[in-house]
Amino acid sequence: MKFFAFAAAALVVAVTSAAADPIADRKADMKERGGLMRVLGPTAQGKTEFDAATILDALEKLNARAQAAMDVEKFYPAGSETGDTKAGPKIWSEREAFQDATNKFAEATAAALAAAPQDLESFRAAFGPVGAGCGTCHEAFRL
Amino acid sequence: MSVLKKVALTGAVSVVAVGAALWFASAPQRLNAATLAALGPGDVANGEQVFFASGCASCHAASGASGEERLALGGGMKFETGFGTFVAPNISQHPTDGIGNWSVADLANAMMRGVSPEGEHYYPAFPYASYARMKPQDVADLHAFMQTLPAVEGKAETVAIPFPFNQRRGIGLWKAAFLDEAPVAVLDNPSEQLQRGQYLVESMGHCAECHTPRNAFGALDTSQWMAGAAAMETGGRPIPNITASDDGIGDWTEGDIAELLSSGFTPEYDSVGGTMAAVVRNISELDAADREAMAAYLKAIPAHPNGY
Repeated sequence: MKFFAFAAAALVVAVTSAAADPIADRKADMKERGGLMRVLGPTAQGKTEFDAATILDALEKLNARAQAAMDVEKFYPAGSETGDTKAGPKIWSEREAFQDATNKFAEATAAALAAAPQDLESFRAAFGPVGAGCGTCHEAFRL
Repeated sequence: MSVLKKVALTGAVSVVAVGAALWFASAPQRLNAATLAALGPGDVANGEQVFFASGCASCHAASGASGEERLALGGGMKFETGFGTFVAPNISQHPTDGIGNWSVADLANAMMRGVSPEGEHYYPAFPYASYARMKPQDVADLHAFMQTLPAVEGKAETVAIPFPFNQRRGIGLWKAAFLDEAPVAVLDNPSEQLQRGQYLVESMGHCAECHTPRNAFGALDTSQWMAGAAAMETGGRPIPNITASDDGIGDWTEGDIAELLSSGFTPEYDSVGGTMAAVVRNISELDAADREAMAAYLKAIPAHPNGY
């Protein structure tokens, strides 16, 4: 009985802390994206061999994250602009533009996934707008 | 004449003498007119490379401009700093709102000496302390290229700088102390590639303007060259150390640096943001050999711990 109470309490703590720490959530999300970029980037740069299955898998995961990130209220709620974060103030002061940039990135990843590139050349073409999307958003919205 | 009067007079004379000395020392100094007159005709193709290497568009085009938008140099971008708010002026080819009427000499004196055609000092927010190291012919080529760019109407608003920094004459003293054409890094028997890299990084690329800490007078502290620095812009994040130390990019290869300057991706596949994004858009227009030269230079200069 005691054990269950403890487990339940632990669960509550875990759940609420996850929900209450959007800074940690979005950092973890960006870290995951970075890991996927480490698969996609070197292939686009010709540093690692193109493998259709590996690329498709990474594109699928990246697209899932990009789609989920369109919920900007979840990742960037009011009050999460201060603390240990490099999120730029424009995320809050220019909310519409940020939402727009987030949507555009999700469009780019969806298009890249739909293209299901079978060779390096088509992958590069599909991946171009995705890579550029990282920079566009970081320029305006990350310190 | 009484002793008291004599002392007062001597005092007044010395005040006038010091004042006069300061007045002369702070006078705008132009480039040698004969040097400028001897320049060859401008080469538009090289001028385009100079334009991107010098990063003109990063400040004088609209914020976030890419592609062709970078060629519309209407100015207006604001920089909030501890000295006040600087505003990038219109440097498009508009004859009155921009610099369409400028001669090669006007552009060279502005970029390499920080002196306007009217003989006024510019604030060193305009990185002429770096451009001072340019080859005058490159400025002539840039002038030729800029003449091919569109005229943009509208003057950018005037600079809102509080006292004492609104006394532009004081900038003359700053220049006398800190404006130096000599290269900063002392490289031992540098290869042609290293010399090119040094020119691109120290002069046109003006990388140190953000990546090197400043002294109390707002001049670059060359003893911590490229060691990273607190942001000049209010609220900005520190600018990274780009020397080959553990704090900096010691574990990056030259290829990693060249890649960042081309695609904006770090070796960890993070993508650079903030003002560096526009820098990458410009430097990615250069020949790959130029980016490799910049990378070689950054790996060749002394490593420092973080300068912030």
